[in-house]
Amino acid sequence: MTLTITGQTQSIQAIEKLNELSGESVKLCMQCATCTGMCPMALEMDFSPRKVMHMAQFGLMEKLAGINTYWKCASCHACSVKCPRGIDIAKVMEALRQQVLRKSHNYIEPSEISAETIAEMPQIALVAGFRKFTS
Amino acid sequence: MKISYYPGCTLKTKARNLDRAAVASLETLGVEVQEIERWNCCGAVHSLTADDLIHQVGPVRNLIRAKEQGADKLVTLCSMCYNTLARANQIMKNDTVKRDTINRFMDEEIDYAGEVEVVHYLTYLQEVIGWQKIKDQVKIPLTDLKVAPYYGCTLQRPAEVGIEPFGSYALMTGLLDALGATVMNFTAADKCCGSYQVLGVPAGENKAAAAIVNLAADAGIEALATSCPLCEYNLGKQQGQMIAKGNITAHVPTYYFTQLLAVALGLDTENCHFELNDPTSAELLQSKKCLAAA
Repeated sequence: MTLTITGQTQSIQAIEKLNELSGESVKLCMQCATCTGMCPMALEMDFSPRKVMHMAQFGLMEKLAGINTYWKCASCHACSVKCPRGIDIAKVMEALRQQVLRKSHNYIEPSEISAETIAEMPQIALVAGFRKFTS
Repeated sequence: MKISYYPGCTLKTKARNLDRAAVASLETLGVEVQEIERWNCCGAVHSLTADDLIHQVGPVRNLIRAKEQGADKLVTLCSMCYNTLARANQIMKNDTVKRDTINRFMDEEIDYAGEVEVVHYLTYLQEVIGWQKIKDQVKIPLTDLKVAPYYGCTLQRPAEVGIEPFGSYALMTGLLDALGATVMNFTAADKCCGSYQVLGVPAGENKAAAAIVNLAADAGIEALATSCPLCEYNLGKQQGQMIAKGNITAHVPTYYFTQLLAVALGLDTENCHFELNDPTSAELLQSKKCLAAA
């Protein structure tokens, strides 16, 4: 992947904000891609977790705002427990989600979920889904 | 013996098969199960952003209820409840700044500093009752049932709250072994079933879950045992659809480990609520002659 860095895309403030929100330091990432190898949802993502960590290291927030990676993340922590640099990558994904959700943008609309789905699905799926996908 | 018990929302409705079998089994093993009063939803997932304390209030309030009611241990069963309660408890125990903020915010409640220990049902079985005692009480050994532990994510991750180290499945293996089952090694025991993505990316979640079922079938595993209602939904209840879509070729019935415990202890199958599982679940146990005569 070629990263194109311009004055518009790179932001030190964005890196600091992401680190503060996640409680992690994205610069620790050494791009080994163990996270991508562990990820059960990687095939669904337009950019793998490793690539997202690379974008985050450069503070490419405009780019990060438009990708689907963190919406496909299941917060299973498989990446976090195996990261050789000790980064809790699930927290970085959560911080990226929250940066969008906190602007009152919902990834799913609860009102559009069918009554059948609501009747069938376990509550923990609904509660967890609403926590991860709605503002 | 008496324990304080936190069931959680799903166990009272769609996962009654997890809850009822667990409570009835403990009673048979001589344990009085006391459900804590005024419990509320744990929030299902732990908040992963550093500044989000408001979502810790739910799980912490449950821990406060347990403390108020004189419990030093709170036994819970659903993997997601366990994870959420245990992680909130760690914050209250170890992070003085966050603890003070949460305690100040909850000004109608007593202060809390992690005094209650959150214990998973499996840990309780092993540490307090012991596999030998369970083995001694087995009425219908699950002989010939080739079953594998399926832990999923939240029982073991992250390591600070894991019921055992990442990659080890000794607790459920010990239990299933005591029940007389043939315990199988399963390479996908800690792979994620797709979790709440059943709501966000159902197609992707289905693929992740089908891959797990296929790995189990290929390994000659006849059944999976889990403690998570979301894993059971994604892996077990969806199997009819997975077959219809051609994503899997054979059923691998998925049980809550508490159902297998109750069956082996010879309890009335009413306690197991097999009607809430995929229909193949009760059929497999019947074919193995494991179900007590009605």
